[in-house]
Amino acid sequence: MEFYRNHILVCTGEPCVLKGALEVESILLTELQKQGLENEIRVIRTGCLGPCNVAPVLVVYPEGIYYSGVKPGDVQEIVAEHLVKGRPVTRLVGTDVEKRVDVVYQVPQILTGQERVVLRNCGIINPDEIVEYIGRGGYEALGKALIHLKPEEVIEEVKSSGLRGRGGAAFPTGLKWSFTASGEEKYLICNADEGEPGTFKDRLILEGDPHAVLEGMAIAGYAVGAEHGFIYIRGEYTLSIERVQRAIDQARKLGLLGKNIFDSGFSFDVEIRVGAGAYICGEELALIESIEGKRGEPRYKPPYPGQTGLWGKPTVVNNVETLANVPHIIEQGAEWYKSIGTPGSPGTKVFTLTGNIKNEGLIEVPMGITLREIIYQLGGGIPDGHSFKMAQTGGTAGGCLPPEMLDVPMDYDELAKVGSALGSGALLIMDDRHCIVDLLKCFMRFFNHESCGKCTPCREGTPRLLELIEKIMDGTAVKADLDLMAKLAENMEISSLCGLGQSSPKPVLTLLEYYQHEFLAHIEDKKCPAGVCKKLQVKGVV
Amino acid sequence: MVTKVVEKFRTMKTPLLSILKELQKDQGYLTEEVLKEVAKELGLSPARVYGVATFYSLFSVTPKGKYIIRVCESAPCYINGTMNILEMLQDELKVDVGETTLDGLFTLELTSCLGVCGVAPAIMVNEEVYGNLDREKLSHLLSRCRGM
Repeated sequence: MEFYRNHILVCTGEPCVLKGALEVESILLTELQKQGLENEIRVIRTGCLGPCNVAPVLVVYPEGIYYSGVKPGDVQEIVAEHLVKGRPVTRLVGTDVEKRVDVVYQVPQILTGQERVVLRNCGIINPDEIVEYIGRGGYEALGKALIHLKPEEVIEEVKSSGLRGRGGAAFPTGLKWSFTASGEEKYLICNADEGEPGTFKDRLILEGDPHAVLEGMAIAGYAVGAEHGFIYIRGEYTLSIERVQRAIDQARKLGLLGKNIFDSGFSFDVEIRVGAGAYICGEELALIESIEGKRGEPRYKPPYPGQTGLWGKPTVVNNVETLANVPHIIEQGAEWYKSIGTPGSPGTKVFTLTGNIKNEGLIEVPMGITLREIIYQLGGGIPDGHSFKMAQTGGTAGGCLPPEMLDVPMDYDELAKVGSALGSGALLIMDDRHCIVDLLKCFMRFFNHESCGKCTPCREGTPRLLELIEKIMDGTAVKADLDLMAKLAENMEISSLCGLGQSSPKPVLTLLEYYQHEFLAHIEDKKCPAGVCKKLQVKGVV
Repeated sequence: MVTKVVEKFRTMKTPLLSILKELQKDQGYLTEEVLKEVAKELGLSPARVYGVATFYSLFSVTPKGKYIIRVCESAPCYINGTMNILEMLQDELKVDVGETTLDGLFTLELTSCLGVCGVAPAIMVNEEVYGNLDREKLSHLLSRCRGM
């Protein structure tokens, strides 16, 4: 074992890579070598640290100093001042690149108030090194499950933990596992077809801690009796595919995947399947069709995948974040898990903060935290002196909430009560400069493109909704069109075949309910209050 | 060519998507001949293979430019100014969405969320993603593609 006086963590999550983290890393290595420090200071690549809006981020340990917005030109100074002379470069420390705070030893605001279970290794370990995962207790839960627990005991533990599916549908995971039919051949699928707009948590979990997902898959496979696992990753997620493949190879080499794991008699292996660009494939039966080499169109239910899934065999499909929770539940127990979050939604949730918010990025917080706490404490509020207008929870298929609802607790049941959903954990924050109708058009254009066309309510409903929205923006709509929109949306919700058509009406219905005045301003006064709808602006001036 | 790629995925069950992905690398799109040959090799109907090739947005059955620029039009990028990026590209390349430049270098497309909302607005050029775009970065990127 080698010892180093400092460790420098370089975040290599996709956002940091896009902002030049690898270039910064390479200059850092050169500078350390120039100073003869390469044997004293170790540079480690990690997954996402969270504060994506101030990428690229470096952390220097043991001091725990965060440098944000580091440019290649800053590296020499960090090495010369901090690592040689021991004086942290204060101008680079802090949360805000523009107004670099002169406080040393301060972690970015977005990282305070979090409770990290799923992300406990993200930004701490090198995702490309299985030994670092093992060094943090990785694969112990798998060992515990295989050696000390029967499959039904694993299911019981997960059931009593109250863990619910983190992909959006929130179905109790243990219950889903217990519904799996018996059979010789079964499959376990990890759904990594993360396509909900505004969501990038699964990407950053896969890129930051791929072994947590593999370990969760192996435990789930053991619980339901599946020896073959598939991980279906979006074709656009090149870096995730690369890192997961490396993780699979390393786990196989150490016998943590493959035949007879821990000499328990249980065998489990994982194969990656890459998507080819279709939002609908995030729906579990469409995903199964896609693995079977077909168009990703959802099937009728029942039969559910637990009975007749991939290639006609019993199949369990779980989301990335759901599976990443599993090792912690097995290791620390259902009681511990239930002590976090709310009674109906135990545990933590990973959220992605986007839009008009100061600290965009990835956070993990206990369920039940309010929207206000997320936006104003972790998120740092609305930038540039603007005010909060709307938050959409759960992605583009989620509901839109007005300022009066900032105190709603973020859990499955509470959000459902106000017509929204926790969904994938995407949080889109919008300030007062934007127009509700214009944004709804953006949402509906997306669904219009992604509707697969199999069932009539969704295939015909989405383009009609889009037309009505365009009429409002053109100034040709009448008040009765709003009722028509609501009726159409309600019909889609109850009669569409899959989750796409059942949830795409959510933004329509919530916006119609909470922002009726803004729709009416467009229709009756022919004005766009935010001044965005161009065809109305001219008339609105009169 | 087709036989070789099919052979590569012989051990994989229902490998159609992986095969099409690999074959598309050759010419940037899937020709009718290639699709027919794949169908024959896998014992599937040509209609089934064509159906799959036209369902997924990362497959194409028509020629594309050397660089396919996909502009993210999902809400987080939209709020952060995707439309400006799109207008800049339309001006600069003199093509509309879905079209290819006369020199065959660029195809302009829209895409749904790329999952890099932390650096919105974002675009994808072939397999690479670029974020936090503005006019300067965009023209730098285009010149690099043009080899200037």
